[in-house]
Amino acid sequence: MNAITPSAKLHDCRDAFVAVLERLGADNPKIVAVCNDSVGSSKLGGFKARWPERLVNVGIAEQALVGVGAGLANGGLLPFVCGAACFLTGRSLEQIKADIAYSNANVKLIGISSGMAYGELGPTHHSIEDFAWTRVLPNLPVVAPCDSIETAAAVEWAASYDGPVFLRLSRVGVPDLLPTGHIFELGKANLLRDGDAITLIANGTITHRMVKAAAILAEQGIEARVLNMATVRPIDVAAVVAAARDTGAILTAEEHSTFGGLGSAIAEVVVAEAPVPMKILGVPGIFAPTGSAEFLLDEFGMAPAAIAETAIALIARKSSRT
Amino acid sequence: MYQCIFIHDEGFMQPNDLDRIAQQIRLRDLQAVFEAGAGHIGGEMSAIDILAALYFRVLRIWPDQPKHPDRDRFVLSKGHVALALYVTLAKRGFIPEEEVATFLKPHSRLNGHPNCNKVPGVETNTGPLGHGLPVAVGMAKAAKLTGAAYRTYVLTGDGEMQEGSNWEAIASAAQFGLDNLTLVIDHNRFQQGASLKDTNNLAPFPAKLEAFGWDVTEINGNAMDEIVPALEKRGSRPHCIVAHTNKGHGISFMQDKVDWHHKVPSAEQYQIAVAELSEAL
Repeated sequence: MNAITPSAKLHDCRDAFVAVLERLGADNPKIVAVCNDSVGSSKLGGFKARWPERLVNVGIAEQALVGVGAGLANGGLLPFVCGAACFLTGRSLEQIKADIAYSNANVKLIGISSGMAYGELGPTHHSIEDFAWTRVLPNLPVVAPCDSIETAAAVEWAASYDGPVFLRLSRVGVPDLLPTGHIFELGKANLLRDGDAITLIANGTITHRMVKAAAILAEQGIEARVLNMATVRPIDVAAVVAAARDTGAILTAEEHSTFGGLGSAIAEVVVAEAPVPMKILGVPGIFAPTGSAEFLLDEFGMAPAAIAETAIALIARKSSRT
Repeated sequence: MYQCIFIHDEGFMQPNDLDRIAQQIRLRDLQAVFEAGAGHIGGEMSAIDILAALYFRVLRIWPDQPKHPDRDRFVLSKGHVALALYVTLAKRGFIPEEEVATFLKPHSRLNGHPNCNKVPGVETNTGPLGHGLPVAVGMAKAAKLTGAAYRTYVLTGDGEMQEGSNWEAIASAAQFGLDNLTLVIDHNRFQQGASLKDTNNLAPFPAKLEAFGWDVTEINGNAMDEIVPALEKRGSRPHCIVAHTNKGHGISFMQDKVDWHHKVPSAEQYQIAVAELSEAL
């Protein structure tokens, strides 16, 4: 296959989210947006201007945010509950568990500015625990799209899916990777580049870094497979097992703690189904220092060149096992 | 076309009839707690008159159409008294009456806190306290947005009002102008470990709710002739009923005793309680 080439232009995935939300909202009056004083940061200004009564702002009250969302769904509406991912998941986790996931409320939880997006604001505002917190909950798909195209496709899918969803979006600009017209399928990884030396797996804002790392490896004659794995739960078991068997090593990277996130979900499959050398890149279990999102991601070894170096070291471990 | 059958068509039940139904629910609840060896009997006895009034007079519901879009919503936020709700739902025809005997048994759909995906008539899953009122605010807001005529009722415990999430929701309900929402606080004055007074005393409630922009009615929550008009009251603001009740109401030795939050009666106590409740029938 031809390797994916990242677009030169960077996109804020929130724009794709609200564009689809407004397009769907025009045809479906049941769609409402719910927020916690986050109209601006969720980019809901356009939605509010078109349908002021359908923008339900509970104020700075995240427990009510999620509970009210569940009640709106019970009343026959289709709520998109939007808030900064750090507060939406951390402050309201029990509401997400009891009112949304366990009650099977048809609510779409939109975690905005996830990961290190609020880099300089410090660890209170970093949302690098949300994969871990949400993916342990039954009945709650967890999805982190990699670009504006996948974001649009995932929002479209979420609106048509009958059940709760946690969609994790960033505000940090990313290049487009997936082809126009891409259709989102829950629990299905996308092959962005094929290779047999190692598999690089990421989602969200890290996928394009993996694509660039694979290009660096290719310059050295190393062909890496690259998978975009937006769905953290349910994890794509078949793609992980195939990656392990076909390439013999897996390197994951995520804008999340190395504890409990995408890499952990993949490792759970690898140890059970096809043990191979593996490494998980992410925020290494610390409260991060001050810096922009891009700075911090580089700082934690997720610059493309650093990813390529880690991949080479991991590939070396394949041969040392035999 | 399906047939809508609701009690309103058969004439409104009067307080005397509702009292009798409440006593029958109490008796069945007591029996189920005794047989299961668990339950939250004190708070069940305090709340049962309110449940009987709701399900046998006030709520516009269709037991054979539990998801009917026009149904009134009731949220049992004090989910630990699920058994009282199960007995009421069974008596009202949502679930078979004999199913109450499965309470807490392996794989029964009647566990210690109500599950809306298993038990018809349950609207949302509760158990952790402070969850029902925010969800009820969403239900009432949805009716405002869609023009639906249903009303939303939510029952909380008084100790439960210590949860901050309730006050987030109380503020939102006033802000949204939810005159279609009724909160009933089962004010039995005791929480699990001690009295409210000795724990975190939010009482008296009325001035606090009024300060948030709610209408408040104080009633004897174990007197049907006060419960019914309060539940049927309509105004222009969200409505809170502070229902002064007795923990363990109807069973003399349980009344106002914190121990009976979740104690199970001995065989001897059970016989006394059955005799007292039967006499009231």
